Amino acid sequence: MASIAQAIRLALHVGESELGVTDIFGEDVGAPLGGVFTCTQGLEKTWNSPLDERGIIGTAMGLGLAGCRAVAEIQFCDYIFNTIDLLKLAGNSCWSSVGQFNMPIVVMTPVGSGIHGSIYHSHSFEAMMSHIPGWKIVLPSTPIDAYGLLLSAIEDPNPVMFLYPKALIRLPGEERIPGEPAEAKELSRMIDAPLGELRSKWKPSWPALPHYRIPIGKAKTIKAGRDLTVLTYGRLAPVSKTAAEALEAEGISAEVIDLRSLHPFDEEAILESVKRTRRCLIVNEDTEVTNYGEHLLRVVNTACFYHLEAPPVLLAGMNTPGIGLAWGLEEVQVPQRQSVASAMRELAQVHA
Amino acid sequence: MSNRGPSTPSSIKGRLRALEGGRRENETPDLRGVPSTYRGLAEPAMDKRLVHRMMAKSRVLEERLVQMTRSGDGYFWIGGPGEEAFNVCLGLLVKKGQGPEFDYLHLHYRSSAILVAMGMDVADALRQMASKATDPFSGGRNFVNHYAIKEWNVVPGASTIETQYAIAPGTALAQLRHGGDGITIVNGGDAGAAEGDFSTCLNWVSRPGRELPVLILVMNNDWGISTAGHETHGEQPIARRAEPYGIRWDTVDGNDPVASWKKLIEVLAYIRKERKPFCLEVAVSRLHGHSSSSGGARVTDETDCMVEFEARLAQEGVLSAAESKKIREGYAKALAETLLKIREEPDPDPSMVHDHTFQEEG
Repeated sequence: MASIAQAIRLALHVGESELGVTDIFGEDVGAPLGGVFTCTQGLEKTWNSPLDERGIIGTAMGLGLAGCRAVAEIQFCDYIFNTIDLLKLAGNSCWSSVGQFNMPIVVMTPVGSGIHGSIYHSHSFEAMMSHIPGWKIVLPSTPIDAYGLLLSAIEDPNPVMFLYPKALIRLPGEERIPGEPAEAKELSRMIDAPLGELRSKWKPSWPALPHYRIPIGKAKTIKAGRDLTVLTYGRLAPVSKTAAEALEAEGISAEVIDLRSLHPFDEEAILESVKRTRRCLIVNEDTEVTNYGEHLLRVVNTACFYHLEAPPVLLAGMNTPGIGLAWGLEEVQVPQRQSVASAMRELAQVHA
Repeated sequence: MSNRGPSTPSSIKGRLRALEGGRRENETPDLRGVPSTYRGLAEPAMDKRLVHRMMAKSRVLEERLVQMTRSGDGYFWIGGPGEEAFNVCLGLLVKKGQGPEFDYLHLHYRSSAILVAMGMDVADALRQMASKATDPFSGGRNFVNHYAIKEWNVVPGASTIETQYAIAPGTALAQLRHGGDGITIVNGGDAGAAEGDFSTCLNWVSRPGRELPVLILVMNNDWGISTAGHETHGEQPIARRAEPYGIRWDTVDGNDPVASWKKLIEVLAYIRKERKPFCLEVAVSRLHGHSSSSGGARVTDETDCMVEFEARLAQEGVLSAAESKKIREGYAKALAETLLKIREEPDPDPSMVHDHTFQEEG
């Protein structure tokens, strides 16, 4: 099955060949590298930018204002922070001009820990981003979701922040993207650039890809359950699912919802599940103070208060200035399978 | 596999030689001004009476906007009295329209005279000042002189003083690909040029082989609110910063509309034809201080381009002092009457505050 890196490439291929994407650019995005995570290999509309994040976001905005369709990449979200006032402008362009100027741009950037990334390759960005109104924000955890959401992002007339979990970029998915060859080796042969000198003459061979989209704003229940609801996304979605599956042996049935979209988010799916299971655990890896999950806590508390059998819980990253390089540090700073399982177990055992 | 382009010497000595010798062999070493083929252009000819009328209209507008903060008709004023001479000339020379065939304008908040010269209804500026629902630029959401006009490629103006420099390369890239002679025009102040986005602009419009058609303007009034420009900028002139990027540059007296017109027709012809950037620093006055934050009172120790131009027109026999006065009084009277009507126009409907947060799909 395709990896997230391959899924992004496939979506961008559809974007540039069918949806009018004019520019796919950022640091090392173009040939020969095709992105530090290979997400932009073999595409036609890619180019390498100066090492200047403000220039990348600003130029994408200018292209959007002039009617082009740009997909810009910030190599790691750890380096997006110096663009925040431009992101704010991109988000308020339509509102401040009373609908005259929309901003049809996509910004892609990998987020989160899990690759021994230390202080500047482990940041999360969703809480910060959710404070910039006017943007849609997605954070898929699987290749097929990355594919379908990126295509919806490209088609959206508004700015969309496409966050993707760097620790999962190279893992094969479990669900086939429509049009993807049956064999992973075949897909690799078709769209993975060879190493060395061969690359300069290489051209990808794209599979035929039928229409497929995942709408922005729709969550996915990745494991059904009856005793508690886990709201999660990104790298910790598969971790939560695995932990929940293991807890079945203890008689604990956890439902796991992968939000996929953070703004707008699927309030209907969340509230339906929480009202049914009466318990709610929120899991993400961003720092815990003014964490995006705290917004979900408010939503859940406000709408489900009289349904709840236990106080809802947020399990998130430690509020530390960075993720330490030594594994023992990262392991305690960011939720892992064991701590997620423990949080589920404890919540399941609380009775009002 | 080498990641470098084929033309770049790979040895350190070779690269140093290339750096010191200059990588752009076809450029003249002196990048000040336009190439000789563009010097001394006479077309389009300047219509001094028209320029004066637009300057007068702009000045009267700004004076009315300042007054509106005192008469309770608006919360906050910021604008461009003192920049009329250059800005009117620029506005009259803009290729006005919608889409990449036409000029894009990324304007800071002292640009009213550009819009007046382009034909903006001055009543609309009053509407924005009064935060009325009828304000066509922002529907009562933004400060005065923060323009957004889709049909003229005037992209949304912001109170940030530098971001426009980082956004401008994007519209210019679209224009380069589109073809034609449309260009991108971006302005900001000397204070804003201290921000990194100014360097971003210089860098992104001058990538070798991918130069972009952008007029980069630095409107130097030698002020950043209360801080003197000459005390905070070591580089003088600021526009010379363009030179190591291979960008042609120059300075002009922005209080002199004749000099401004002459310079602009050369520079615009160069950018439109050559599809390359140009950085022009314009010395201007700031006649009512920074904004309401500093009182907005008229200062008397800076050159007033209106006074100077009217004296010149009288001396040349183009327009007498009495005629100039009559023109200004006519605009002032009309504007006062317009304000009476605008006071009766509706305020924004609070129930619509979420409108246009997102554009609906389709």
